[in-house]
Amino acid sequence: MDSLLFIRNELLPELGKGWIVTLKLVFLSIPFGLLTGILIAIGRVYGNRLISSLCRLYVIFFKGCPLLLLLFIIYFGLPSLGITFSPFGASVLGFVICNGAYTSEYIRGAIQSVKTGQMIAAQALGMTKWQAVFYIILPQAFRRALPGVGNEMIYLIKYSSLAYMLTCIELTGAGKIVAARSFRFMETFTVVGIIYLFMVSIATKILQWAEKRLSYPG
Amino acid sequence: MNTTDNTPILVVENIYKSYGKVEILKGASFTVNKGETKVIIGPSGAGKSTLLKCINQLVIPDRGRIFLNGEEVLHSHSQINRFRQKIGMVFQNFYLFDHITALENVEIALLKVKKMKRSEARKKALEELARVGMEDKAHLYPAELSGGQAQRVSIARALAMDPEVMLFDEPTSALDPELTGEVLEVMRNLAKEGMTMVVVTHEMGFASSVADEVLFMEEGNFLESGPPSQIFFHPREERTKKFLSRISELYGELNKNG
Amino acid sequence: MEGLSAVLESLPYILSGISVTLGLVALSLALGFALGVPMAVATVYGNRIIVKIIRVFVFILRGLPNLVLLFLFYFGIFPLLGWNLSPFAIGTITLGLRSAAYQTEIFRGAILSLEEGQMLAALSVGMTKNQAIWNIILPQALRLALPGWSNEYPILLTDSSVTYAIGVAEILTRGSQMVTRTYQPMPIYLTCAIIFILLNWGGMQIIQWGEKKAYIPGLGRKTET
Repeated sequence: MDSLLFIRNELLPELGKGWIVTLKLVFLSIPFGLLTGILIAIGRVYGNRLISSLCRLYVIFFKGCPLLLLLFIIYFGLPSLGITFSPFGASVLGFVICNGAYTSEYIRGAIQSVKTGQMIAAQALGMTKWQAVFYIILPQAFRRALPGVGNEMIYLIKYSSLAYMLTCIELTGAGKIVAARSFRFMETFTVVGIIYLFMVSIATKILQWAEKRLSYPG
Repeated sequence: MNTTDNTPILVVENIYKSYGKVEILKGASFTVNKGETKVIIGPSGAGKSTLLKCINQLVIPDRGRIFLNGEEVLHSHSQINRFRQKIGMVFQNFYLFDHITALENVEIALLKVKKMKRSEARKKALEELARVGMEDKAHLYPAELSGGQAQRVSIARALAMDPEVMLFDEPTSALDPELTGEVLEVMRNLAKEGMTMVVVTHEMGFASSVADEVLFMEEGNFLESGPPSQIFFHPREERTKKFLSRISELYGELNKNG
Repeated sequence: MEGLSAVLESLPYILSGISVTLGLVALSLALGFALGVPMAVATVYGNRIIVKIIRVFVFILRGLPNLVLLFLFYFGIFPLLGWNLSPFAIGTITLGLRSAAYQTEIFRGAILSLEEGQMLAALSVGMTKNQAIWNIILPQALRLALPGWSNEYPILLTDSSVTYAIGVAEILTRGSQMVTRTYQPMPIYLTCAIIFILLNWGGMQIIQWGEKKAYIPGLGRKTET
């Protein structure tokens, strides 16, 4: 019984504050991560030799490097080069870079799966290469990449918890603090878990809705 | 045509089967004696395939009974595998096990179900492959075989279990025309050797030259049955005539001596 | 350069963390596999109650962040059970259970992608359902699942670093310890990153070699017309 009281009076208000930080992290990282992914994928497929190789290296490095390590590099390492970030800023930057790497792979695969005839037909109509890319290739690629990209965004919701390791107090961090103070670890993390499951479920439903809305026959 | 004696190997009694609201089988019955070959013909959707699958309980009938050699074929867990060993089945899409070679496909049931020794199983498997003319392809994977070759291997796989009766579910329908000959040849030889067979097929030439009886099935039951000469040349029922005329347009085989 | 000397000084300590990291990854993969295959078989062939239970398990373990799971087990569940396990053990169990949830879905998809005829043919020669699953379905499904399954390796490799939060002495933890000693975060963390990238690449080479050895022509191709 007093578990429930604890939850209502102490836990939820604190978690509420942390949850808002999580939402801020997520809503900033998703669009910029997507943008990064698109740019890297385009660079990889359509760029010249140099750009393509650089993009390839980007992907190899940031897919192979654990996100937490990347966060440490940004938050603890860069200051020694004179670049400092707030915990929040470092977190967003790390999420965007990492998410961009994984997302770009899905988009690249999708671009390459769009039939080559599409590009030829577009150019035959007089479009420039870039017009063809933006109006014909990318819209189709995006539809194919949607499941993979959507999944990466859902991962982002979960990985946002790592911001706590940089002392950015989001949902998980808020929970840890309350739990450590009150020694009620089970209750706290159960509630925290439920909130994450809730967010993930909603995001999954949105993804499914988007897939349906954007689908076209074939 | 074939030497028969009058012991019924297979008795199919009054089989009913529905899927949801659709009744596929409506009390179909027939009997097969030892050494006989019965061919079932009919339009698609008539329930021929479902009927065959009811015999070895891959599909469980809603009503009706099946008897193999006088013993009732029951779906009980402990009994059904014993019955299935004695009933050989060849599918339209062969369903060879894709992850093992042709030889291993024939062997695997001998090893796992009949618990034979490795050397015995291998010997038997090679014999059966030779019987269908596939012994030199024993070490190939299903993906490396042509359709006709794959189907022959699947016949060998069923034969290896020494079944009392062989069921063929449109064995050549999925094959390119030039490949059906080799499979029909194997089936003809089996019939000559005295195997008891039930064949669902559109191959009228095969039916007219090999069948002891042809049964015409439509909408879940047998409309007419009789020796091939009667069914093909003097069918009694109007619908039988209609079906045959459509088929012979497609196949033009009724006048051939299969 | 101080950076270089800091790296050289730290290297032995950090490199010995590789065995811890790889141990975490290998044990978690194994646990995930040992649980994932039976759970996948159960979701395809089992009764409705078991299917529901497994679905709930998969939902929870895939929906929760690694960090939350680690905290939940380390601070909550295991103390509640009274079990005194090392951080390494807790990390392995947590990552292993999570991998099991993902692997269940991977194998389930592979089993379902096999055509129904494989089971029908196996039953028709007299095999029991279990014999069919063990001899016919699983050998094919496991091979089909290889590409998706091999993804688990890089995922577990990068996720292993999150066990830093409960004090497991893997690569990242050791790197951080050396950073507090040498005050050279950039060189040391970059070194750690390179180690992870190399481990990633090396592991994938081994897995691709394994995929080649397991290759059977035409596996999984459907003959249904």
